[in-house]
Amino acid sequence: MADLLDGLNFLVTVVMPRLLPTIQITLALTFISGVIGLLLSLPVAVARTSHNPALWVPAYCYILLMRGTPLLVQMFFIYYGIGSLLPGTWVRHSWLWPYLRDGFWYAIFALSLNEAGYSGEILRGAIQAVPHGETEAGRAFGMTNWLIFWRITLPRAIRICLPTMTGEIILLLKSTSLASTITVFEIMGEDAYIRSESFRTYSPLLGAAIIYIVLVFLFTRVLYWVERHLNKDRLAPVSVVLPTATH
Amino acid sequence: MNPGKSVWDLLAYGDQGWSDELLAGLWLTLQISVCTYIVGFGFGLLGAGMKLSGNRILFRIGDAYTTIMRALPELLLLLLLYYSGTTTLKDILVALDLASEEFQINTFAAAVMALGFILGAYMTEVLRGAIQSVPKGQIEAARAYGMHFGLRFRRVLFPQMMRYATPGMGNLWLNTTKDSSLIVVLGSVPELLSASRGAAAATKHYAFFYGVCGLLFLLITVTSMIIQARIEKRLGRGYRRV
Repeated sequence: MADLLDGLNFLVTVVMPRLLPTIQITLALTFISGVIGLLLSLPVAVARTSHNPALWVPAYCYILLMRGTPLLVQMFFIYYGIGSLLPGTWVRHSWLWPYLRDGFWYAIFALSLNEAGYSGEILRGAIQAVPHGETEAGRAFGMTNWLIFWRITLPRAIRICLPTMTGEIILLLKSTSLASTITVFEIMGEDAYIRSESFRTYSPLLGAAIIYIVLVFLFTRVLYWVERHLNKDRLAPVSVVLPTATH
Repeated sequence: MNPGKSVWDLLAYGDQGWSDELLAGLWLTLQISVCTYIVGFGFGLLGAGMKLSGNRILFRIGDAYTTIMRALPELLLLLLLYYSGTTTLKDILVALDLASEEFQINTFAAAVMALGFILGAYMTEVLRGAIQSVPKGQIEAARAYGMHFGLRFRRVLFPQMMRYATPGMGNLWLNTTKDSSLIVVLGSVPELLSASRGAAAATKHYAFFYGVCGLLFLLITVTSMIIQARIEKRLGRGYRRV
């Protein structure tokens, strides 16, 4: 009983005050790599749906590579692998160097590339699910291929893949915890530091768990609102689902 | 390293190179994945059974299990389950006088149980969907024939639900192989990523060894995808292609 109270006391007085400020690092990782990843996923998905082998083969390989290897290995490869090669090159003396000493930007790089692979595949499925008649209608109106893509295919595809994409963003939020392995002090990174410093295991882990639960809950609320807003006309009720898979 | 030696020499088999370490890591990763998958399937069946039992308390427990497990990062869950699992089990064994204070839980088993428990939450959802896809009339027919629960499950429900479950379960298998790499943070099981990290740290060829590690994981993925396509084709025989 005394142990329990002691642990609870440590959780409230030490763990939480130290973990709360690190939420912004986790959110920054999620937002920055989410935006870059989604922007990159567009060319990936378009190339993947192309009939030209020079386009779809590289896109297929990229998606396979990102989805077929663990994110942790990708992070280690980028941070330790590429990171250890850079000091010997011109980058060492360039304006980029202050950024490239920091694990944060390597984490952003790895998460963005990974996210582009996963959401590229989701977007590909959505683009192929756009009813054929709608693009045909665009053609009948004399629209060019570009116009058809921007005005019909893409907006429709985004709405189709919205439920899956919101789940993917939750997945990304959870994946940012892996950045702790490459010296980024987001929630799990700070958590590991507290654990090694205090020789306590449960209080810090429990504190991080509480924060992640609250974050995921808030994320699902916001994403649900966005989804309802964008898919207003849909009759079937839609909802944000928790991820059905991991990275 | 000697001048003129290529990085590929690092992959020599035996004392000079790292191939044997990496292949041992690959083998261990496969063993961990298979064991995790079996444990996860067990938890998944249990979870799906609870969620579909019709009993409110059982449903709540199953629902809390899948919600919490899927909302938390796997890294956090692995650490939490690994440490709490090993300590609790040890405390129980010591209390029952089955083990002494120096007793250490096998790290492989502890990691597999932790990963399996996480996988079970995802498996629950896949199996629940699959069970619900089996037409109700089939179960009712089996009941009308007087089959008891075990027989109904073995002869009617299980063979039919597996056809619906295979695509989802295939994805989860790929996730399991990839998530096994998280064990590297425990630092005590020399699976593929841990072995690669050891090789990279010893030789300072980080990009090379993490690259090889990634390719080996890709090999597991591609092989699994080919096998999965075969299984799905086989389970789908006898059904009209839509």
